[in-house]
Amino acid sequence: MQIYLPIAELPVNVLLILFMGLAVGFISGMFGIGGGFLMTPLLIFIGIAPAVAVASVASHVAASSFSGAITYWRRRALDPALAAMLLVGGLIGTTAGVWLFTLLRAIGQLDLTIGLSYLILLSAVGGMMVVESLRAIIRAREGKPAEVRRPGSHMWIHGLPLKMRFKTSKIYVSVIPICTIGFIIGFIGAIMGIGGGFLLVPALIYIIRVPTGVVIGTSMVLTLVTMAYATVMHAATNHLVDAVLALILMIGGVIGAQFGARAGQRFSSEQLRLLLGILVLAVGLRFAFDLVVQPADLFTVRTIEGLP
Amino acid sequence: MRAARIAAAVLALVLAGAGPAAAEKLVISLSSSRVLITPNFTGAELVLFGSVERDAQTVARHGGYDIVVTVTGPRETVTTFRKARVFGIWVNAQSRTFVRPPSYLAVLANRQINDIADLDTLRRTQTGLARTLLPQEISGDIGDSTRGDPFRQAFLRLKVEHGLYREQQNAVTFLTPALFRATVPLPDNVPTGIYEIDVKLFGDGALLTRSPTAFEIVKVGFEQFVAGAARDHGILYGLATTLMALLTGWFASVVFRKD
Repeated sequence: MQIYLPIAELPVNVLLILFMGLAVGFISGMFGIGGGFLMTPLLIFIGIAPAVAVASVASHVAASSFSGAITYWRRRALDPALAAMLLVGGLIGTTAGVWLFTLLRAIGQLDLTIGLSYLILLSAVGGMMVVESLRAIIRAREGKPAEVRRPGSHMWIHGLPLKMRFKTSKIYVSVIPICTIGFIIGFIGAIMGIGGGFLLVPALIYIIRVPTGVVIGTSMVLTLVTMAYATVMHAATNHLVDAVLALILMIGGVIGAQFGARAGQRFSSEQLRLLLGILVLAVGLRFAFDLVVQPADLFTVRTIEGLP
Repeated sequence: MRAARIAAAVLALVLAGAGPAAAEKLVISLSSSRVLITPNFTGAELVLFGSVERDAQTVARHGGYDIVVTVTGPRETVTTFRKARVFGIWVNAQSRTFVRPPSYLAVLANRQINDIADLDTLRRTQTGLARTLLPQEISGDIGDSTRGDPFRQAFLRLKVEHGLYREQQNAVTFLTPALFRATVPLPDNVPTGIYEIDVKLFGDGALLTRSPTAFEIVKVGFEQFVAGAARDHGILYGLATTLMALLTGWFASVVFRKD
């Protein structure tokens, strides 16, 4: 069943795209992430221009994180005040990221930057998650109690000024690290074409010490707003958002996310972190492979501009 | 040398129709002058019919006629990158920008192009993929790329792999000695725009006449509406897409609500 995509300008198999949406949606629902870091490379792999893929995935991620955010809101498992503070940094970061994106594209080093960012970020974060969750699982196996958060073990971050009380999360912390994290996620997200949920969730847990229960819902709000903002920006500046592609992806995505969320409840949070860590690490290594191994074809062609 | 030049000048006059009515004329017709891109577009095929018109004074051609059809798509600017290993990783180290090469190029003939005329004639008339002018920009200057240039070869090879450039020896069929048919294959990834067709008639190894025609590939209906909205009303289109995303997300959360 083929359909011609009006912006990507090529026909695709609807069922294949729907299946990709389902699969990535399942993973995103399971781990509470947007799944952009999986979807963008997949779309590029089936022949969609990278720029169109990045722009269209943004709206797909917005849809799945909205669906997720509503679910978490009903369970009161998100912190609106924390999400708002993250957004302040996030929107500034997205704007700065888009600016650098345009600059790198102009000097022809965008591909390398994207490849290297994926490699470094995904390998590092994936590796850390695998090690950390394995430790936690081994500890649990040996019957030792899980590492408890001691009130005295505050990092220097918790000594910063401009403290604010976040009622839902039950934390009292400076807004500086929160805005900074939002900025970094928005910045990286705009350059790499990802929502950044897989970075935000560990950052909130390990740095800000946000309780695990509200982390995913809060992270989804940030992802939702930055991705919705990115969709409008991409549509306004590059005219590269393919609404037909996005619609097929998001239908598959939101359905997959529901089943993923249910599947996720069967695992402990350590097991989930281990699985996500392996997944993130695998995608990172895939990029490493591309950068390190001699490509079969040294040449690539890229259309710089179409008709005048 | 001078004789050849005079001969060429005479030939040019004859071709321009200024000479006696001795030359052949080409009459061509396309199966369609507009290729429509609809949601179920998966490529198309155009058929070109042509006839070689002769009159009583036309000299007899012992070797028969040969036809080369060149289809040129809308032009674009393309950069070809070559990767090299820098500090252990493969990066795009060198690049060449080709100035306005065709996005689509098909050279269709009735037999081996190299057998139709000698190399000099083929080069002069830019017949065949290998003899297409591909000017490139090198440090601000624009010059034609040489045939052995690795960037030019890579560009042609990649375009052929993408199905956008092709050279086919058997795509033109003579139905009678003067009537021919050519099939123009248009893959599913063809860009939209105006496509120019140049039909060249060769006889006894010389270019006898050529005739141009054109067709257009356009998006229609839904495809045109979406592409037009994305191009002309970017912000509205982006807002509409975002709204669509929010509705889809909300709808899913309602449908799958457990309680």
